[in-house]
Amino acid sequence: MSNEAVIQPGVVVHEAHEHVGGHHHRETFITKYIFSQDHKMIAKQFLITGMVWAFIGGLMSVLFRIQLGYPEATLPWLEDIFGHWARGGKISPEFYYALGTMHGTILIFFVLTAGLSGTFANFLIPFQVGARDMASPFMNMLSYWFFVLASIVMMSSLFVQTGPAAGGWTVYPPLSALGDASIGSKTGMDLWLISMALFVVSQLLGGLNYVSTILNMRTRGMTMTRLPLTIWGLFFTAILGLLSFPVLLSGFILLLFDRHLGTSFYLSDIVIAGKILPNEGGSAILYQHLFWFLGHPEVYIIILPTMGIVSEVMSINARKPIFGYMAMVASLFAIAVLSFLVWAHHMFVTGMNPFLGSVFVLLTLLIAVPSSIKVFNWLTTLWRGNIRFTVGMLFSIGFVSTFISGGLTGIWVGNSTIDIHVHDTYFNIAHFHIVMGVSAFMGMFAGVYHWFPKMYGRYMNNTLGYIHFWITLVCAYVIFWPMHYEGLAGMPRRYYSYENWESFKQFVELNRVISFAAILSFLVQLLFIFNFFYSIFKGRKVTTKNPWNANTLEWTTPIRPGHGNWPGEIPEVHRWPYDYGKDGVDFIPQTEPVTKDESKH
Amino acid sequence: MTSTEYFIVVIVLLVFIVIFQISKASEYVSVLKGEKKAFEQNNRINGFLMLVFLVVGLAAAWWCNKVLYDKTLLGVPAASDHGENIDTMLWITLAITGFVFLVTQVLLFWFAYRYQASEKRKALYYPHNNKLELLWTVIPALTLTVLVAFGLYYWFKMTGDPPKTAVEVEITGHQFGWEYRYPGKDNVLGRQHYKLVDASKNNPLGQDWNDVANHDDLHPSEMHLVVNKPVKLIIRSQDVIHDVGLPHFRLKMDAVPGIPTTLWFTPKYTTEEMKKITGNENFVYEIACDQMCGVGHYSMRGVIVVDTQEEYDTWLAGQKPQFLTAHPNGVVPAPKPAAAEAAGAQEPEEKPVALAEEH
Repeated sequence: MSNEAVIQPGVVVHEAHEHVGGHHHRETFITKYIFSQDHKMIAKQFLITGMVWAFIGGLMSVLFRIQLGYPEATLPWLEDIFGHWARGGKISPEFYYALGTMHGTILIFFVLTAGLSGTFANFLIPFQVGARDMASPFMNMLSYWFFVLASIVMMSSLFVQTGPAAGGWTVYPPLSALGDASIGSKTGMDLWLISMALFVVSQLLGGLNYVSTILNMRTRGMTMTRLPLTIWGLFFTAILGLLSFPVLLSGFILLLFDRHLGTSFYLSDIVIAGKILPNEGGSAILYQHLFWFLGHPEVYIIILPTMGIVSEVMSINARKPIFGYMAMVASLFAIAVLSFLVWAHHMFVTGMNPFLGSVFVLLTLLIAVPSSIKVFNWLTTLWRGNIRFTVGMLFSIGFVSTFISGGLTGIWVGNSTIDIHVHDTYFNIAHFHIVMGVSAFMGMFAGVYHWFPKMYGRYMNNTLGYIHFWITLVCAYVIFWPMHYEGLAGMPRRYYSYENWESFKQFVELNRVISFAAILSFLVQLLFIFNFFYSIFKGRKVTTKNPWNANTLEWTTPIRPGHGNWPGEIPEVHRWPYDYGKDGVDFIPQTEPVTKDESKH
Repeated sequence: MTSTEYFIVVIVLLVFIVIFQISKASEYVSVLKGEKKAFEQNNRINGFLMLVFLVVGLAAAWWCNKVLYDKTLLGVPAASDHGENIDTMLWITLAITGFVFLVTQVLLFWFAYRYQASEKRKALYYPHNNKLELLWTVIPALTLTVLVAFGLYYWFKMTGDPPKTAVEVEITGHQFGWEYRYPGKDNVLGRQHYKLVDASKNNPLGQDWNDVANHDDLHPSEMHLVVNKPVKLIIRSQDVIHDVGLPHFRLKMDAVPGIPTTLWFTPKYTTEEMKKITGNENFVYEIACDQMCGVGHYSMRGVIVVDTQEEYDTWLAGQKPQFLTAHPNGVVPAPKPAAAEAAGAQEPEEKPVALAEEH
């Protein structure tokens, strides 16, 4: 189909003009950098906002790791900065719980959902399907600005007198419903809920755009089976978000009702702070069902885009087609479907009917099948390749390693029999941090290093990239690997201190090592942030259109494409994106017509 | 900030600057040497590091296991019958996932090292192979079937009905502590309602004194269980969600306000026996709250003492029914209807801030 007919013709004409040198359209600073409707600029906005949040969320983890690793230490400068939250230079329990809660919320939603999908869906979808922009650039802009609004509200909650939400990122009621139960459940909780509601709006606006752009705006010849795997990953991600975020919102609205309108959706039989509450008949477990109906797809919302990114980056740098393209798409699809059918595996020990639990065990372990297909396919992609260790490629390999490590422990916790023992212990922390925290960051870094030249027309510094990769990989394992052992001692998560526990106090030294590695890895991420911003202005310039010798369409655009991406017509696509090394040719871009004597695959 | 802290900050900054300068210099060097040469050199270094990471990583994992194994419960036998099943399941799963872990990680880093870019070789064009893909769909599926089968077999065994001989013990969580209630001689736990909770009247569990089954119910400060005798816990919460976490028994179950849950098991070793097994003379069975429940979550600790039958009987005989604590003369004051009492209990002036202030 022709995109020219779909996109506002004015824009197209402009771009064509601009190319021949006519500079008569007025792009002010505001329309170019702030209220931009250009998918590339919106992607960068999401990325940089995400980086700001990642810095804050990461810093929070450093602070609570100080408490866990050095519980005896008094650091007066903490009191200088945080006042009564760190009286006497020690992080208070209230502060500790607020930090943990906000760390989770920020990294899961603001960094690995908005920062990740927002960046790469916006950046790659129009480029790789061959469109001048998103289906609705205006909605796309709104999506970003709703995210900013959500961010402002969430940020403001850090500064209220009673502090931000502090009941864990899952904000289970009744703890989150009753101000008397926790100071974090006072004003901070309302701001949290408002912020998340705005966040859901942002996700829905973005998701609708991603899906409709992929379905409707592919260039001539770009059939669904010729889409790069990045697009498939982002496509399923957007669908998951569209179907599950509204359920989360409904759960939050009921929680707001319980908090302020005296309803009893989640509350029953409660005596708190000496007061007997009138609420009867509600179910605290109902909230958990609503929450995890999003909460579980959410972890796939985080990981599917990175699976796509890794597949693409890996194939390009192994100079080999991705192995089993159709199996990769099918397994993404299978994961997407199954992700909706496993939510209650977070609830095996809530007293849920054991038979229901058993169904969720079965469906949960089923997810391991498509996941292992993907892993074996990545391994086969590397096999007999000709691997270039670009920084993006290093992070892709790191992704596969951590995805294996964290994925395999999923088989432990997904099995209710083992989950009874390790549920809510450090084993679980190790599991999900490796599989969706570290892996997702690895995938995201792979994407940033790989597409940075397309974003800014410059390269990031390689040496800094190598240092960033190797220290991050080592630290990730040093931090999370030993946590499995803490979990196998039954050590519960979300404890401010373990010193009064006969069963858990034997890990003092280990906690110190972990905290040290966490601080080190935080510092190394600062190197990345520095490299990123420095390279925007001072990085080595890109001199060719296609620096990685890749096949996909974004590398057919000018080095610094304007709004509309291609100065002339949008190229036509003739083949799938993974013809690397075919018939002895290093790479054949998607735009090359198939020749007669070419072998079939 | 102290001078050491300033010193650390300065060091960190200096290291940053040095790394940055080196990185910038290496970029200039690569321009001078030529892109191609610099690329080949970097590729060799990173390829080699892949191998180093694999070898050192596996060695580190082995060493980590050596150092930490004894600090976990892996070497300590499960203290309940269900726990033994859970341990079996855990070892089966560890064997399978451990094998897969080793194979895939070795292949990953070995392939990365082995197939690093070289002018002499060309990448193999190998887009798919249906047989291989079928193979690694079917094998994981079969393996997982085995794991699901084992898992569910044990799961249903554990979550099935307790034996009729099981002793019922009620455990109630609140911010931030646990309360225990034993049914007394009649083996029946009396009726209770949360609106009757009134610590000032010695009724922290909301027992309904009009129900005679309550009159012999005990409210001790520790939980005692009998070795080799099944116990059924009835788990309640008075405020937010808590969780009865029993690491040595390998069990846990949430305490949900308004929705009582249950958990049954048979303790295998007395506390004294566990002291010998673990070689720790301070050993106690601890109840750890495993569900985030507020600012005192980390201090919500309970203790279970597993006794022999004789020890248990002696202990039980020493306990006084809560009814007698609440009514020293042994009679219910006025036969008020429960509803009226409940309504009365709502008046705030009768409610001092008690109960929730333990931590």
